[in-house]
Amino acid sequence: MAFFLETLIGGLMAGMLYSLVALGFVLIYKASGVFNFAQGAMVLFAALAMARFSEWFNAALGGDSLLVANILAFIAAGGVMFVVAWVIERLALRNLVNQEGATLLMATLGITYVLEGVGQTIFGSEIYNIDVGMPKDPVMMFENVFEGGILINKEDFIAALVAACLVAALSIFFQKTSTGRALRAVADDHQAALSIGIPLNRIWVIVWCVAGVVALVAGIIWGSKLGVQFSLATVALRALPVVILGGLTSVPGAIIGGLIIGVGEKLSEVFLGPYVGGGIEIWFAYMLALVFLLFRPQGLFGEKIIDRV
Amino acid sequence: MSKKIGDVVLDLQNISLRFGGVKALTDISFDVREHEVRAIIGPNGAGKSSMLNVINGVYHPQDGKIFFHGQERKQMDPHLAAAQGISRTFQNIALFKGMSVLDNIMTGRTLKMKSNLLLQAIWWGPARNEEIAHRKKVEEIIDFLEIQHIRKTPVGRLPYGLQKRVDLGRALAMEPKILLLDEPMAGMNVEEKQDMCRFILDVNDQFGTTIVLIEHDMGVVMDISDRVVVLDYGKKIGDGLPDEVRSSPEVIKAYLGAGH
Amino acid sequence: MIYRENGQFKTSYGADQQIFPIAQDRWAVIAIIAFAFVGVPLLADEYMFRAILIPFLILSLAALGVNLLVGYCGQITLGAGAFMAIGAYAAYNFLIRVDGMPLLAALLLGGLTSAAMGIIFGIPSLRVRGLYLAVATLAAQFFWDWAFLRIKWFTNDSSSGSVSVSNLDFFGWNVDAPAEKYLFCLGMLVVFGFLAKNLTRASIGRQWMAIRDMDVAAEVIGIRPMWAKLSAFAVSSFFVGVAGAMWGFVHLGSWEPAAFSVDRSFQLLFMVIIGGLGSIVGSFFGAAFIVVLPIFLNQFLPVLGRLVGISISTAAVSHAELIIFGALIVFFLIVEPHGLARLWATSKEKLRLWPFPH
Repeated sequence: MAFFLETLIGGLMAGMLYSLVALGFVLIYKASGVFNFAQGAMVLFAALAMARFSEWFNAALGGDSLLVANILAFIAAGGVMFVVAWVIERLALRNLVNQEGATLLMATLGITYVLEGVGQTIFGSEIYNIDVGMPKDPVMMFENVFEGGILINKEDFIAALVAACLVAALSIFFQKTSTGRALRAVADDHQAALSIGIPLNRIWVIVWCVAGVVALVAGIIWGSKLGVQFSLATVALRALPVVILGGLTSVPGAIIGGLIIGVGEKLSEVFLGPYVGGGIEIWFAYMLALVFLLFRPQGLFGEKIIDRV
Repeated sequence: MSKKIGDVVLDLQNISLRFGGVKALTDISFDVREHEVRAIIGPNGAGKSSMLNVINGVYHPQDGKIFFHGQERKQMDPHLAAAQGISRTFQNIALFKGMSVLDNIMTGRTLKMKSNLLLQAIWWGPARNEEIAHRKKVEEIIDFLEIQHIRKTPVGRLPYGLQKRVDLGRALAMEPKILLLDEPMAGMNVEEKQDMCRFILDVNDQFGTTIVLIEHDMGVVMDISDRVVVLDYGKKIGDGLPDEVRSSPEVIKAYLGAGH
Repeated sequence: MIYRENGQFKTSYGADQQIFPIAQDRWAVIAIIAFAFVGVPLLADEYMFRAILIPFLILSLAALGVNLLVGYCGQITLGAGAFMAIGAYAAYNFLIRVDGMPLLAALLLGGLTSAAMGIIFGIPSLRVRGLYLAVATLAAQFFWDWAFLRIKWFTNDSSSGSVSVSNLDFFGWNVDAPAEKYLFCLGMLVVFGFLAKNLTRASIGRQWMAIRDMDVAAEVIGIRPMWAKLSAFAVSSFFVGVAGAMWGFVHLGSWEPAAFSVDRSFQLLFMVIIGGLGSIVGSFFGAAFIVVLPIFLNQFLPVLGRLVGISISTAAVSHAELIIFGALIVFFLIVEPHGLARLWATSKEKLRLWPFPH
């Protein structure tokens, strides 16, 4: 039982991180109808920027104030993501308005390659560490409930907390601010939004910036857990089934989808994996998403699509 | 006009169609006779296009029965309706934009082409002969619609009026028994409308095709249709000869408002 | 002045419907094929064959398959690599498990297995489209990546996980030297290119394009969406599967699942976009472009670097490659969504009208 719970909680934690990446997908899809394949590359890019800036600032400050260096690095990396968002909007998206979804998807695939190349050219292509001072030691919990208790990483705990805060902040941003309202309007109908004076291009830059910041947070958490390296970019591929499951337009869907996929992967790997040779977590999520596609194409929380003739 | 209007070919009984809570059609019954030109008119949002979509299987009504040649029809997909000889054109042209005029009309022959994939791949024997035979048929339609000069032009480059004509050509290529026309003259100028009227009457006359058409231009409707059915807010408010319908108080009310 | 169709009158629909209605085109294509069969083997050296020509021919075949599905039928796929893998491993298993299996039969059976799998993984296309479908095809990619890595039966219990094929025997002709491999691949490509062209101009090709352009209208005029979509998946997967088998057998000789990873799928998609969606000749352009560009960059960038006084490492070259590929994809999608093939067609049109452009 304790082992099962440990696996479950491990899955939830991993799922939280998927959710963060999926959140980036959903934000951009909601506001521009673009399915942003480059979200993973943005995570890599942001994490690389964060890791190197933190390293450089730390060296420049003499190495005695990690916190200050990290804060400066966070701001600098945020700035970099702003520039990235602006460039993407300016050079690519603005010229692809009103194209089909599939075309936009392929365009973001191209952007993925560019971001991967540029990121590694500027920041290097080794493995870097992000040290934001998260505690790494595990804690025992529920010792009085189960014999032996459950082992949980404090780091995971904090990560989950950060993710939850981010989601809450985003929900408020979307629901309560005028920019958020404009974002939702744009998502509903580009032309109508444009005609009542919402500046479309600025909105897109904003939403890509927000997605960039989400990518930065996801990058920091993943990076401090696993180190910053090229394979971070493939997290986009891991988060894809999450958005399918949760529904492309739903913020809560991204969160719950992430949790389901995280848990499903871990449980299947631990309890099903040994029978089929292991390593199934990579395709398990996709198969789950595939089943959803066949029976509920709009996902758990997505809006039903009605075709008009 | 001395044409013979035959028996009822299509009989719609008590059709109701809902989208969630929205009632698009409520309890509508009417019939279509062989060789006639049957018009459906009504204000915007009356459910005219929904009616056509019900007839050729794009929408499935929740209630009601459809009899086709006296046989009750089950719920079917559009391609099955097509196989039974129902074809249509679209309100906002739905041509295949990446293909030439010729290819667009050739797709209308799909149901009649039988050669298998392997023969098509080697372009040999029956497949080649079939392709040429159907090309011949399509050329007849191209002649009929007077669009020879644009046969190899991609449809995306054509002006609106010609696109409408190609749309009609594609529907005709199926050699349909019933042809559904969804606002064939919308957005056309007077000459284009006259041309289109001529084509529709010729199709009806020469090929004996039964035609169901939606149109907003009352002049056109009164001129070319044999019988008219009037819809308003998803309900039938009139049915009969053009003159009868025109003088029906309810129809006048729907079109001009209650004050008149 | 030479490229004119004056005086070439068609007197039958058959003549009007041939692949190259303009006589000069016909002769040019025959000349190119003849040169490829006779001239190239005399001129090219081993490096040319191994690094450029053979990969180009096989990837052209794969790109052709992908183009039938993505360009003609409008069904996006990110799993083409998996179908190459299915073709390769199925052909391998037919070859080693069935005594006396001829090479060609093994390749075709590999393609057929891939086609069958294509139909299965194409089923989601009946319900969803666009990026949802892309995800479904990715599912195929990751599943087969895993299956060929973990299920030992597919690799004949090879301990290293890699499988190898030697002694390619094509009806008594031992395909061994690079030039022979080249000729074999060229022959296959010419045949398959011809088949693909025929399919796209026949009824089935029109059905695919109709589904791509306007699926509701297609169904209304009697096209069965299920038949059109699944046949596109099957034919496309067949082409891609045969290409995969040839990639394993002829080009690599021995291979691991990584040879057919998701990167390969992306690469094939890029070929089709850059070459031209919905164009047979575009598939060749795209394949040529993507095979040649990295080689060109590897040779050219360090030289350029030396000229301006900086040394460019191999890592930097590979990063530059990523950037250039990515930028080109975006560039083509924005500026010329029909790719190199459209540029080619436009220039041919200009040439036809030259020197009086109107």
